[in-house]
Amino acid sequence: MTDRPNDHSLEKYRRMQRIRTFESEAEAIHAAGEIPGALHTYSGQEGSGVGCCMALRTDDYMVGTHRSHGHPIAKGAALRPLMAELLGKATGVCKGKGGSMHLSDFSVGSLGETSIVGSGVPVAAGAALGSKLQGVDRVTLCFFGDGATNEGAFHEGMNLAAIWKLPVVFVCENNGYAVSTPASVTVPVKDVAERAKAYGMPAVIVDGQDVDAVEAVVADAVLRARTGGGPTLVETKTYRYGEHAVNMGRILLDRGSELDEWRQRDPITLYRAKLIAQGVEAATLDAIEQEVVTEVADALEFARQSPYPDVTEAFDDVFVDRLPIPDYINS
Amino acid sequence: MAKATYLDAIRLAQQEEMMRDNRVFIMGEDIVCNVFGTTTGFVELFGTERVRDTPISENGFMGAGAGAAMVGMRPIIDTTLSSFLYPAMDQIISIIAKSRYIYGGQAQLPLVIRSCMFYGNSNAAQHSDRPYPMFMNMPGLKIIAPSTAYDMKGLLKAAIRENDPVMCFEDSTCWTSKDELPDAPDFIIPLGKGDIKREGSDVSIIGVAGAVQLALKAAKQLAAQGISAEVVDPRTLAPLDMPLILQSVRKTGRAIIVDPAHQVCSAASEISATIVEQAFDALRAPVLRVTTAQTHMPFSPLIEKSLYPTVDRIMAAAHKLVTGRPAVDA
Repeated sequence: MTDRPNDHSLEKYRRMQRIRTFESEAEAIHAAGEIPGALHTYSGQEGSGVGCCMALRTDDYMVGTHRSHGHPIAKGAALRPLMAELLGKATGVCKGKGGSMHLSDFSVGSLGETSIVGSGVPVAAGAALGSKLQGVDRVTLCFFGDGATNEGAFHEGMNLAAIWKLPVVFVCENNGYAVSTPASVTVPVKDVAERAKAYGMPAVIVDGQDVDAVEAVVADAVLRARTGGGPTLVETKTYRYGEHAVNMGRILLDRGSELDEWRQRDPITLYRAKLIAQGVEAATLDAIEQEVVTEVADALEFARQSPYPDVTEAFDDVFVDRLPIPDYINS
Repeated sequence: MAKATYLDAIRLAQQEEMMRDNRVFIMGEDIVCNVFGTTTGFVELFGTERVRDTPISENGFMGAGAGAAMVGMRPIIDTTLSSFLYPAMDQIISIIAKSRYIYGGQAQLPLVIRSCMFYGNSNAAQHSDRPYPMFMNMPGLKIIAPSTAYDMKGLLKAAIRENDPVMCFEDSTCWTSKDELPDAPDFIIPLGKGDIKREGSDVSIIGVAGAVQLALKAAKQLAAQGISAEVVDPRTLAPLDMPLILQSVRKTGRAIIVDPAHQVCSAASEISATIVEQAFDALRAPVLRVTTAQTHMPFSPLIEKSLYPTVDRIMAAAHKLVTGRPAVDA
């Protein structure tokens, strides 16, 4: 970490902008009916995802959640296959079989963005076990929300990682809500981080709106994991601006002035101000924003021009070998 | 070659594959202590990194197996009793069965989930399950249910070499059965290939797992009564070798499926429906299922044992189909 802005700082800014711009475009075309199914936006949490991923090596692993748009972009995934996936196209990163909840790009180290809450935690422990058995120094980082910490899978996975001293960093992106239910009524401790005590695991709480702060604590945890020190639980205090999923208005609680207060601490706005205060030209940041807008427009154009998958694609990737196609398909 | 038991076959298959490929490791509850004798000597051979005791966290270690497989390991996950698969259902279904598909082929999950069906031993309803039909209903899982030591060795070795997830259901009623086991390192039985265990011409008896042994006993007694029964062992339940089953049924014109699972949506139900759909013209009688009653397994031994398929029930079904009359008393 350095206090002086450099290419690494600008890359953090770029990736946060990419997530925000990608998602605002996705929301617009979802409203227009171009994206089928649900859309779970990450907007507001960019400092958390980018801070975490920028502390990882490209070959480190990452496991994520149904709120899956931010993680791959934070880890450096190309935008075209992600946007094509949202549109259900054959060129999508999951060939159109995953969609908004599963934007997982294995080429940047992802091992899935899973939509069963908490289910990624044991998988991350297992990936870390794999690295340990292989004698390689790859670290696995696992994202989940506050809601996941009430799942048995969370506790079982944390326990396995602790007893086996696995090279894994657990990151609870605490946005305060499990769908509509506030963490205050479902979590009996003030901070999720307290739960690490039960597993003898170090834990740290960090401001998720401060990308540099997140990167710093995750970098410490990654170093501990990589050098045989075992797992860490990091809790990033953050906030999602949107509903659990777009258009779930009927179940959204009245959040009062909370949303406005969090918007005052927007991770991108804060980071822009910090970089400018450190001497980065506003024009440099404006140029990055423009490049990102162009990049997202290109991804959308690519997605729109791409073909939908052939119906026979439904029978591929169940197993290594394609399944037989039933007679009623294409008849 | 020496005669070895079904349990020996499990041990030997694992041992040979762990020697052959250092990506293979085994984990589960009480693996080191080795309750059933399927990992005898493994700690000395492979060490406790590759022979790994787990906490009683079925969902946790199932998911850990999935994660390890995704990064290039080839775990064998020993779930002890098949009843313990239920706490791990989330990982088996939502992660293991579905990850390759959801991510468009990016994920590879070469792993084996072993579990024993420990029924008929007065262990009551929570420890006596034969749950393979639930998993047959789920795409993305291959399922083997060997009925002999020979098949177990060949199929389990094949399962460990598969690049797809495989569930291995081990029938405790077969534990002590013995076979000559080939010791060729590459002896494998490909998944999806059934086996004719006994040839016959009057009726096809399709047995699932331990029911194959019952079917063979029934066939022997039926022969003395003038009924020639063919015994078909699918060996793999997903994918099912329907061509072999249909070929047999087309020859005999009659079919009985014997399945230790509960009847509703059982393997017997699936096989029966497919026979009726695809070989109706060849049938000379209705297809019959001999399964376990749709009630729970009670503790008290006499009432428990009365619920499973038996040699007598198979013979009665065969007589009904072939002669139209009840079985003659032997």
